[in-house]
Amino acid sequence: MRAISFVRQFLEVVLAIAIAPLFTGWIAQCRAWLQNRSAPSLLQPYRMLRKLFFKDVVLAQNASALFRATPYVLFGTMVLAAAIIPSLVTDLPLARVADSIALVGLFATARVFLSLAAMDIGTAFGTLGARREMMIGFLAEPALLMVLFNAFMLFGSTSLPSLVDGYRAHQSVVDPSVIFAAVAFVMVLLAENARIPIDNPSTHLELTMIHEAMLLEYSARHLALVEWASSLKLFNYACIGFALFLPWGIATHGADGGWPLLVAIAALLGKLVIAGAALALIESLSAKLRIFRAPEYLAMAFLLAVLGLLVHLLLGA
Amino acid sequence: MMHEPERSIGNLLSNLPCKSKVVGALDWHREAGNVRAAGGQLLTLWGADDRDRDGSFRIFAAYLLDDGIEVLEHAMGNGITPTYPSLAELFPCALHMERAVYDLLGIASMEPDHRGWLRHGGWPRSEFPLRRDFDASRQFAIDSQPYPFVQVEGDGVHEIAVGPVHAGTIEPGHFRFSVVGEKVLRLEERLGYTHKGVSKRFEQMQQAEGHRLAARLSGDSAVAFSWAYCAALEAITHTGCPPRAANLRALALEHERLANHLGDLGALGNDAGFAFGLTQFSRMKEDLLRLNVAAFGARYLLDFVQPGGVATELPEDTPRLLLDHYLVLEERVSGLRVIYDNHAGLQDRFREAGTLSRESAVKLGAVGLAGRASGVPLDLRVHHPWPPYDRMKPKLVMQSTGDVAARVYQRFDEVFESLRLCRMILENSVAGPIQADCPLAEPDRLGLGLIESWRGPVIIALESGPGGTIRRCHAHDSSWQNWPLIEYAILSNIVPDFPLINKSFNLSYSGHDG
Repeated sequence: MRAISFVRQFLEVVLAIAIAPLFTGWIAQCRAWLQNRSAPSLLQPYRMLRKLFFKDVVLAQNASALFRATPYVLFGTMVLAAAIIPSLVTDLPLARVADSIALVGLFATARVFLSLAAMDIGTAFGTLGARREMMIGFLAEPALLMVLFNAFMLFGSTSLPSLVDGYRAHQSVVDPSVIFAAVAFVMVLLAENARIPIDNPSTHLELTMIHEAMLLEYSARHLALVEWASSLKLFNYACIGFALFLPWGIATHGADGGWPLLVAIAALLGKLVIAGAALALIESLSAKLRIFRAPEYLAMAFLLAVLGLLVHLLLGA
Repeated sequence: MMHEPERSIGNLLSNLPCKSKVVGALDWHREAGNVRAAGGQLLTLWGADDRDRDGSFRIFAAYLLDDGIEVLEHAMGNGITPTYPSLAELFPCALHMERAVYDLLGIASMEPDHRGWLRHGGWPRSEFPLRRDFDASRQFAIDSQPYPFVQVEGDGVHEIAVGPVHAGTIEPGHFRFSVVGEKVLRLEERLGYTHKGVSKRFEQMQQAEGHRLAARLSGDSAVAFSWAYCAALEAITHTGCPPRAANLRALALEHERLANHLGDLGALGNDAGFAFGLTQFSRMKEDLLRLNVAAFGARYLLDFVQPGGVATELPEDTPRLLLDHYLVLEERVSGLRVIYDNHAGLQDRFREAGTLSRESAVKLGAVGLAGRASGVPLDLRVHHPWPPYDRMKPKLVMQSTGDVAARVYQRFDEVFESLRLCRMILENSVAGPIQADCPLAEPDRLGLGLIESWRGPVIIALESGPGGTIRRCHAHDSSWQNWPLIEYAILSNIVPDFPLINKSFNLSYSGHDG
């Protein structure tokens, strides 16, 4: 293992942390344009974070250590997730210790902590949000796993970097199963990141909230970390999607030097721009689902992923 | 208990056909039963402290019948707690009104629910602000008491307390849900957080300035309330509003209806997660408010309607401007209606959410927009038109399903009908003065002003004092009737659908709390 690998690993994580709010800002900007509104600045999420970090924390009297620790846990798990997703390079030393099954586990850890913290204060809304989040979560996770299994069936590995390497080795192959998996993945991405049609990140209606209801008691730096972690989660999901379905541009094993890395960064930014616009379009065109339609929606995602598997097995056999 | 009244309201006057009757306690209840049997509705209930005059308290009930308004008056002696028979079993919406009358005047109905409705501990239980011996400048320490909500028991039933402070910038109100999982078993509302003592304030004002306070009771119904006040005052002073002024008032009232409906249609889209609708409708509403500036000199028409007429004439070129804009507006709203119609996600949220059947709506006394969406054919402009609506003949717009979708389409249809009326006003323009002299009213006259606001009928009951003063002024918003509807419409719906259902009614907190 070479020192340069660690440097690139470090670079990738820092880049992820730095540009995740930019991605969120870009989606917000596209949404505003699609609604004929004048859009907030791309830097708006950073200004929000800065504002929050300079504020004093207001904490409920009965908040436990769990409530205070959760923002750090969330941020930590999302940074760790960013470290094992090949967003720029596949030569990731950390990725060897955790495959994508562990990645799903990391997301689940974050979810459990946030749900517990939401219930910690004891307000009705926190519990309401936590309950709904767990309902969405237990339906979304199997669907995500099925999507990942699709890719594993193609290349026989559960490690995302080797998957990308595998793709690059057979660039011409576009397996039909991938299309099913991709649609399922986008559906899971929307559900898992509190986007329309499952949740509405910009709502002020406390009774309809899922993700936001869990954050109502957080303030200042805690809220900043949670918001940043949410941005990172969306960024991570986007990068998982790129690794699975659009791996072009990612610097593979053996591609040393500065040039492939620059290409990788440019490719990543380009893909983020397109993906953000596409997400904003999907969100602007849909209304929020009635909450009891969410299971049907996620069951559909699961079904599509399973169909992908079947298609692969039938065609591959 | 049977107190012989020394004063009758035989001289009741209104902008609608009306009659009045003084009744004893037994007839108070019997007459109400007759009204109910005849398919009438309770419009409003108010009390007055007449101890300075004849030692009694009075309670008034205004009913809407096929042939006009009927006001019943019942006088009570000054006992420890003056009481009168409750109307709540005949008209469920009377319950909140009776509790409010008790909080303000200390005259109680025989209904056992005596929890404070408007009194939230701002004044002691032994004080009654609307009594004549109560000094409005007195200050009290806040003395809030627990408010026992009705409990629902059962396996897995729990309560969700929402408000009075909400996550968005909206008015305060408390909603107590009893739920199993996401399903609502019971909702109990608690209002009164924005009680400002408007009735007491009226008594310190002159008749000639009361319309300004009335307009500010609920900002979204400013034209309706100020017109209702002026109608009441003009009735008791026998002032005829010039035809031109009546036309301009109607134009302002329809603009108010349009602006609110456009805003609500956008907000309903947004609450279903369809932000595109919000931005489109908000823009149209903004355009209309700017037109208001061009036509009436203000975005929100707080002081446009005045006793005897209106404040300003339309500027020279505005009728053309307005007519042109109505065309644009109609086309845009039609376009958005097609989008709302064809959007599967929106339709899924709107349909069968918050259904209020026609049967329940009739039983509960639904009025106004929400009533018509459930198939209750009641629009004062259509059934008891006052000038200029008597010439314009508005069409009755109604839906039948009573769900959120019905209230959305009711708004769409009313927008088109309002545009038609606005056009009619501008195209058949009459010339003439916009202001008539409004003299001081003789003392002790009771006038009633009823106007169909965009939300439903608003009522002002104005009693004159000596020398141009106001002896008693009661303002009533249709939200009194319609707030309890939501408690029924939400049943067996799910908690996250509540904001959408609530928005589809869009009732006033300020207008209700007074």
